[in-house]
Order: sequence, then structure tokens, then C-alpha cells
Amino acid sequence: MVRVDERGKSGSLIEVRGLDKTYRRGNEEIDVLQGLNLDVDKGDFVAFMGPSGSGKTTLLNLLGGLDVPTRGSVTVAGDEITHMSRGKLTEWRARHVGFIFQMYNLIPVLTAFQNVELPLLLTKLSKAERRKHVETALEIVGVADRMNHFPRQLSGGQEQRVAVARAIIADPTFLLCDEPTGDLDRKSADEVMSLIRRLVEEYGKTVLMVTHDPLVARQAKITLHLEKGVLVEAGERREGVAAGGSS
Amino acid sequence: MKFGRLILANLFRKKVRLLLTIGSFAVALFLFAFLGVVNDAFLRGADVVSADRLVVTNRTSIINTLPLSYRDQILGVPGVTSATFDLWFGGTYQDPKNFFPQFVIDPENQRKVFPELAVPDDEWNAFLKDRQGVVVGAATLKRFGWKLGDRVPIATTLYGLQGKTFEFNIDGVYHGKDPKDDETQFWIQWEYFEQSIPERIKDQIGWYTLRVARPGDAPRVAKAIDTLFMNSPNETRTQTESAFAANWVGQFGNIKFLIVTIGTVVFFTLLLVTGNTMAISVRERTPELAVLKAIGFSDRAVLGFILAESLAIASAGCVGLVLAMGALPALSGAMAGMLPPLLIGPQTIAYGVLAALAVGVASALLPGIGAMRLRVVDALRRV
Ligand SMILES: Nc1ncnc2c1ncn2[C@@H]1O[C@H](COP(=O)(O)OP(=O)(O)OP(=O)(O)O)[C@@H](O)[C@H]1O
Ligand SMILES: [Mg+2]
Repeated sequence: MVRVDERGKSGSLIEVRGLDKTYRRGNEEIDVLQGLNLDVDKGDFVAFMGPSGSGKTTLLNLLGGLDVPTRGSVTVAGDEITHMSRGKLTEWRARHVGFIFQMYNLIPVLTAFQNVELPLLLTKLSKAERRKHVETALEIVGVADRMNHFPRQLSGGQEQRVAVARAIIADPTFLLCDEPTGDLDRKSADEVMSLIRRLVEEYGKTVLMVTHDPLVARQAKITLHLEKGVLVEAGERREGVAAGGSS
Repeated sequence: MKFGRLILANLFRKKVRLLLTIGSFAVALFLFAFLGVVNDAFLRGADVVSADRLVVTNRTSIINTLPLSYRDQILGVPGVTSATFDLWFGGTYQDPKNFFPQFVIDPENQRKVFPELAVPDDEWNAFLKDRQGVVVGAATLKRFGWKLGDRVPIATTLYGLQGKTFEFNIDGVYHGKDPKDDETQFWIQWEYFEQSIPERIKDQIGWYTLRVARPGDAPRVAKAIDTLFMNSPNETRTQTESAFAANWVGQFGNIKFLIVTIGTVVFFTLLLVTGNTMAISVRERTPELAVLKAIGFSDRAVLGFILAESLAIASAGCVGLVLAMGALPALSGAMAGMLPPLLIGPQTIAYGVLAALAVGVASALLPGIGAMRLRVVDALRRV
């Protein structure tokens, strides 16, 4: 169950309380997030929408432990991440977060296989085990036949699917996607979105996604709007989405 | 080394740049090895001279002469076992560029004081019997393509001789017992020389070299000799052979200073070049570094990747040392006889490798720390 009113039952997978983020630019202060609350359970699929500059990326960065809030707390699976040191946060990200960015952000000098393998280099898995995992992940996203290609030899959609494989390879607690289809044509976007939906429906992944595209947002179980620094529930649940752990 | 592939892939990102950077290291190290070799050759004298030998020169300067009459007085100093003398002949063979040292020697004592410069007995005896005879070091013999029995003309402008040409017979060849021994000398008979110079400068020699019974006696003997000639028209300076050699080299200018200066400039330039290259190469992949960090690579890992890359480049640049070793015979040929044999010592190699690695670390440090401090959110916003 996704809630934005601070009354989520304790024990949600992701629990955000009173989140403030203020940027300072010279003498000017920009209050981007102001007392934002959010509860997300395992298996939820949330889309965030909102005008440009409303703070969607800022929110994802805070949820993913890439930035620290001005006030408030983010708790994931019982760990309060807002007070972790830089080094601890890095370790935490490796274990819990899979990132998918708008601009694919694959390493251009590594092949698809090597890009997907990157997060596994931080684990104790043997080379053979890593190979098996990577092949499985590439299989799931449907680019196994391209695994020895470099990013520039792939289409945008294929690149983004490789990025999805890299995000899920280490089996993170949740996925954060910042406009994952922002740079893709309709057809590629649909492919990537059905892939992400499969991750939620078949594999029970928890996904939080920012998008500008209402068609894309409709794929999520719930759409939240970022307005004046807080989230408001605007979309109704889509029918036909399997429960997948959502209550 | 599971990160090896990532480091390697980053290294080969721009192949031309990689080659040029390795090339900068290689050229610098090549030059470094040559400087080291030349420095070695000049200062080697200081290492090999045995501590049981002392050299007595004129206190005023080593180009001023001393009276021959001092010899007996020196031999009278307790602790002195033998003494010989030399005089700088200062001649040229055919062309003034063909420089090599010719010494007028004291045949009677030469072999007692310099036993390491070995001459076969039959050749030595032939030399003693021949007033115009000379004994030549093997290196000089080879340099000019001379052989035993050759008659060679040497001209000198010193001693009021105004370019007079002497004819000498090569009666003997000496070899050093150690590869480091100087094989470039040309030994002329004292008697023959004496008969050829004006009366007013006869009985003057350049310096005495003497042996002491025990190396421990050296300081006392040196003091005794210098005291003996104090307040005479020709005061003496007695020093170890190494100090003498260093003074002698010093006549040609402060070679060590020159070499250290050139070496420092070379490595400093290398640092600027590679530092700039590393900075550019790191800056152009800022977003990728941010992605690595987002995935969970630590700040230190990112620094480590950049250092490893730079160290790999520096190590590859050590090929310059190998090239220098290969080119050494050519350099030796070009310098034939001017310097003692040229060798690249293990010390030079070790210093070269260390200097390269140090430059490698130093050039990666600033960009590496920048990458370490990089905040993911800022870096991703910039793209
Ligand atoms: N490092 C920063 N320093 C100052 N202001 C910042 C910084 N990062 C973001 N902002 C400001 O915070 C606000 C929210 O930015 P954010 O990128 O989160 O918006 P967004 O909703 O993701 O926009 P878009 O839809 O265009 O991606 C913007 O006004 C932006 O200019
Ligand atoms: Mg954004």
C-alpha cells in the first residue's frame, strides 16, 4: 500500500517522514521538498509526475542515498539512511538500490556483458557465478544476443534494457528510474515499460519511477504528483495489475 | 584482479593518447638513463680508487707543477711504500677533437703504484728499452685502430713546444683488471720527454701518486707530506685519489649539477604533460564515474582505478630504459675513449623506475582526488 499522509503502518519497505530539501544558490534559497511523506511496500510500482523543476529527481536522489535531505528521514527496510556516512551510503546503495537513468549511462568502453557485470564486481561471487547471473539478466531483458556489443553498437531501447539488467543484477531492494523512457521512441518505450512491469509482476520488484509521460505513468499501480514540495495522490489504481505484494 | 578489465578498458579508451603518454614516459626515461650513464662515467673514478693511494698536487692548483726533487722526500715519509709521478702531456692525434689523456710517466714505479693496469712483461720490457716507446690503454688503441708496433705522431702545444710533433712507438697495451678501470691512457717515457723540452721547465712533474702501507695511515701521511713542504715555493695538497678524481672532473664544470638539473627539468615537464593528460581523461568521463559511484563503487575504489591507470602508463613507459640499454653501444661508440666504459647500473634502472612511478602517482593524484570527491548528483546533473 502506498500512502503519502504519514500514517502508513510502521514497517513499510520505504518510509519517508517530513522530508525537506532546500538548495541554496547564492543568497537565494529554493525549497524544493517541504515536509514530504511517503510509504511504499514491497512489490509496489509508483510513478512520480510533476512539472519540470518540481523536485522529482531531487526526491529520487534522496531515496537512493545519493544526496542527503535538509530535514526529515528516509528509512528503507528498517535502515535509516539519512544519517549514514558517505562510505556507508555507498555500501548501502550497492546492496539495496538499482538505478536506471534517462541517458542509459552505460560505460561506453565496456560491452553489454561487462556493464551488467559491474555491480557483481562488488560482491564475492566467483567469475563463473557472475557469468551465469549476467547471462540470466540479459536473457530476462531480451538482449542476450547482444552481450558482446558495445553501447554505441546498440539501439537506444537495447541500451536501456541493458541498463535495466545492470539495475537488477545484484537483486536490489528497489529500483529507482528517472525518466527511463525519456529518450526513447514510442515502440522502444513500450518495450522497456513492459519489461519493468514484468519485473514487478513476475519478480515482485519494487519500482519507483519518475516520468513526464502519462502513458508511461499509467503502467504503474499508482501515480503520485509532486506539488509544492509534497506528494499528492491523483491517479486511481490501474485495474488488472496483479497484487504482487501490494496490500 | 576482477577490476583489471575495467582499468584496461579505460586505458585503451583513446589509443593515440595512450601511446603518446607512454611515449612521454619512455623518452624521459631514455634520457634519464643516458644522463645516469654519463654521470656514472664521470664519477666512477671516485668509486674505484683504492683508499691506499694518495695524490700530491701543487697546493695552488692541479695544473701547477711540482719539482721532481720532492720524490725522495716523499718516499722518506714513514708509511709511504712507493711513489710515482705523472705529467699531463696535452697532445692531440691528427685532429684536436681526438681527445685522450696522455701522461708522461715514471716507468720505474708505474707498475708498483698502478698494479691494476696490467701490461704483459715482454711488452713492458720492450717499452723500457725504447726511448720513444709508449704503452696505450686498450680502449684508445681500439678507438684509433692502432696495433702493437705502430708509429703514431702526437703533437703538443704545451711546454713551449708550439705544436711540435712527437713520434711514438706502440710497444705495449695495458688492460684494466676491472671493467671499470680506465683504459684510455697513453703512457710516455719521462726521459724522452725531458730531453725534448726547454731547460727552464725541466725537472717539473704534474703530480705524485703514492701508496701507503695501510689505508688507515692515509690521513697521517697526507698531513706529514703537506707539513713537509709548508712554506716552500711549491706547497702541496695531498688527498685521496677519489678527491683528486673529483677535482679533476670538476675542471670540466659541475657535471653533477648539470645532470641533476637536466634530469629534474625532464621529469618536471613529464609531470606537467601527464598530469594534464590524466586531468583531461578523468574529466571527460565524469558521468561514468558518477554512475560507478551510484552503483556502489567507493570513493577510494574510484581513486584506485585512476591511480592504477596512471601507474600502468608509467610502467609501460619503462620501455624507455630498455631502449636506452639497447642504444648504449651506439653511445659508447660515439663517445669512444672520451669516457671510461659506459654501463647502465642497476641503481640507475631502479631510480628510473621509481621516478616514473612517482610521476605516475603524482600526475593522477589531483584528478584522482577530484574524482573521489565528486558528488554523484552534481555529476549527473551536468550531463
Ligand atoms: N544542486 C542544486 N543547486 C541548486 N538548485 C538545484 C540543485 N539541484 C536541483 N536544483 C533545483 O531544484 C529544483 C528541482 O530540481 P529537480 O531536478 O529535482 O527537478 P525535476 O522535477 O527532476 O525536473 P525535470 O522534470 O526537469 O527533471 C529545480 O528548481 C532545480 O533548479
Ligand atoms: Mg529530473
